[in-house]
Amino acid sequence: MEFFRYKSAIDFMGKSKKAIMLSITLMLLSYAILLTKGFNYGIDFAGGTIVQVKYDKAAPIKEMREKLKSNKMFNDASITRFGSADEVVIRMKSTSKNVAEGIGDITRKALQGTGNFKIRRVDIVGPTVGNELREKGLMSMFLAIAGILIYVAFRFEWRFAVASVVALIHDVSIASGLVALFGIDVNLDVLAALLTLLGYSLNDTIIVFDRIREGIVESKKMTLRETINDSITRTLSRTTLTSLTTFFVIFTLFLFGGEIIHPFAFTMLVGIVVGTYSSIFVASPILLWFGFDVKKYHTKLAEKAKREAEKNRMREQFESGVM
Amino acid sequence: MKFNYRIVIFALALVFGIAFSMPSLFQTKEGKKITLGLDLQGGLHMLLGVKTDEAVKSRIKSIAASVKHYADRKEILIDNLSFTATSVSFEVLDSDDVASFQSFLSKIEGAKVVQNGSTFVVSFTPKEIQKIKKMAINQAIETIRNRLDQFGLSEPHVAKQGKNQIVVELAGIKTQQEEQRARKLISRAAKLELMAVDEARDARVYNMSPADAAEYGDVILPDAKHPKVKYLVHEIPILDGSMLTGANVGFNKNNKPVIDFKLNAEGADIFGDFTGKNVGKRLAIVLDGKVFSAPNINERIGGGSGQISGNYTVLGAKDLAIALRSGALLAPVYMMGQRSVGPSLGADSIRESMIALAGGFILVIIFMLVYYRMAGLIANIALIANLFLLLAIMSLFGATLTLPGMAGIVLTVGMAVDSNVIISERIRELIYEGKSMHKAIEDGYSNAMSAILDANITTLIAAVVLYVYGTGAIKGFAITMSIGILASMLTAILGTHGIYDLLEKKIGKSKNYKFWFGIEG
Repeated sequence: MEFFRYKSAIDFMGKSKKAIMLSITLMLLSYAILLTKGFNYGIDFAGGTIVQVKYDKAAPIKEMREKLKSNKMFNDASITRFGSADEVVIRMKSTSKNVAEGIGDITRKALQGTGNFKIRRVDIVGPTVGNELREKGLMSMFLAIAGILIYVAFRFEWRFAVASVVALIHDVSIASGLVALFGIDVNLDVLAALLTLLGYSLNDTIIVFDRIREGIVESKKMTLRETINDSITRTLSRTTLTSLTTFFVIFTLFLFGGEIIHPFAFTMLVGIVVGTYSSIFVASPILLWFGFDVKKYHTKLAEKAKREAEKNRMREQFESGVM
Repeated sequence: MKFNYRIVIFALALVFGIAFSMPSLFQTKEGKKITLGLDLQGGLHMLLGVKTDEAVKSRIKSIAASVKHYADRKEILIDNLSFTATSVSFEVLDSDDVASFQSFLSKIEGAKVVQNGSTFVVSFTPKEIQKIKKMAINQAIETIRNRLDQFGLSEPHVAKQGKNQIVVELAGIKTQQEEQRARKLISRAAKLELMAVDEARDARVYNMSPADAAEYGDVILPDAKHPKVKYLVHEIPILDGSMLTGANVGFNKNNKPVIDFKLNAEGADIFGDFTGKNVGKRLAIVLDGKVFSAPNINERIGGGSGQISGNYTVLGAKDLAIALRSGALLAPVYMMGQRSVGPSLGADSIRESMIALAGGFILVIIFMLVYYRMAGLIANIALIANLFLLLAIMSLFGATLTLPGMAGIVLTVGMAVDSNVIISERIRELIYEGKSMHKAIEDGYSNAMSAILDANITTLIAAVVLYVYGTGAIKGFAITMSIGILASMLTAILGTHGIYDLLEKKIGKSKNYKFWFGIEG
């Protein structure tokens, strides 16, 4: 089976203006969503309490609300369905500092008489911990991008590094925008998904860049634009295939992985789509616009080769002289 | 035929992978296993803060007590003795006694003494405050761990996180009652008592009922290590843990480990009097109603510091010192965060993520087979080897598998085949260009190498950052992803290449591009 067979290069760069317009629009929309609606921070970052309750039949949410009113602790509690109709979570902004006090026990007492239920999960994150996690989260995002930038600059060239980092920022921005738009609970696992997304999206970009680098070295007649089009076309099959297989597995995780893993799977799904798109339509055009000078690069390579040859010659002379 | 080192390494890796993943897969008794995270097996995770200021305050209090005791003994008149959370102040009425107090105060470790005429203000140096706070945290960890060890749960985990937080992880808490017990155990102040063994009647302890013992003003207490061994001790303790200021392991003249302990001023007097009058008798060290040891009193112990000698190993002495120190929490703990997962939810999570893993795995395998035929089969063999290797390495390290960790495995499945996709695409390209299959394979691997390495290393960078900055379950995700990527380099690159080498002759003869690489026409 084959999806694509390389015949001639597809003119991706010819469509890059439209693509960049689309990207800028999507990014601006994402920032607008992030600024107005904002992230729906889960308790990991905002602090608070979550109690997950499962009934043996559909959860009587109305009755539960009435019952919870009896205890002041549940003043700001909100009850929402979690996955199935049987299962709900109670969310509160307040947290308890008392080690001996079991929120699960208190909830169980408060909900007595609403039917048969089990307390399945109690999560409490104090406000100081939430702040700390948020700082650490931002820090990790920053460090990951910086580390990747340095590595790519070291392995390729600074223009490649900047182009790939712009693509990463593009991906994370749009993925974050969608996470905010759909009101996904932003917890630590969503942060993990965003960081994985960095690595994943960069994979795609690097595969393309690796081809471009190879193309630049091998074909001396092609312009940068032609080389880029050629490289993207040649890697298109791989890009599609890997994106598809990864999409498959994350999609099964999204469908069958359970409610807790949903935010993670959602973020990854969005990220795979955006990341695949960006490696073709964002990273490469930026590289083109930076005006990577192919000729200069060739002279540089030639000079390097010359120096190597000179060195080798000297070494040989030296060695034969000594012998 | 040249030596096919690739297939040898791959075979070794596969055998290693299968052998060391067995204990985890079949839950055998022997062998190292992957531990399930609390989110998968159910349990209680707590992040505790320590009110370290309270520890400083209690040290200040004990300085106040010793000042008073010193003044009483030396019959020095002092006035306005008072203390705040951070300092003690008092005034010496007779200026002739100021010098005496100066020398007394200078002996207090870490104290900062400010003298204004005959008024003294004693506080701690910043360094000492740091030390007290640090000790309070370490002591709280030891105390809690000590208590949880006796709680009877398998492997309670208590550790310091950051500078001043404590993580408590209790796996396998099944019921709400158990959880409640654990909470109380952690938060309550434990009781340490030094009690006198009733030597006159101790021999009859095994024939006594608690009521009999009570008649003599005694209680029957079991030994901590051997519950069947009983002691008869006087009910009213000589001292309790509140009078203890420290206990450390030291060595005596014979270089045997002993425990050096220190009592505060009040305790020292009481203890000196008691030991002086009871040489040759035993002193029971009782923690939570259990006798940890009952050493003989060899001589009068004055000055508030003494040694407990016995037939200890260094470790045993250490444990006893810990037990002594962990009498009461120097500083109370409070809840900063908690995660508790019921066992049924954990089981559901395992089931759901297994379905997702199996589903994703099967999808990928079928897809690769349909798309690449034989090359797909070879990639699939590598993928399976990759999973075994991942499980084996995690088992050997005793790594923890969490729910995000499961997601990491699912993701590894998706990413591991990427290397083979890149290689296979390269090989196909070279075949289109008219190269022989054998040449195409060799060149395909070398062409694909730089891209695969760069791609894997950048993903590893993200994973390492996640590991360093992530907490708890997220660390699990980073671990599985990192190991998965590293293992995939061995299986997907080296392993598949080895299989091609093995099939070299067959491939060389064949012209069936469709069978080997799924190329149409």
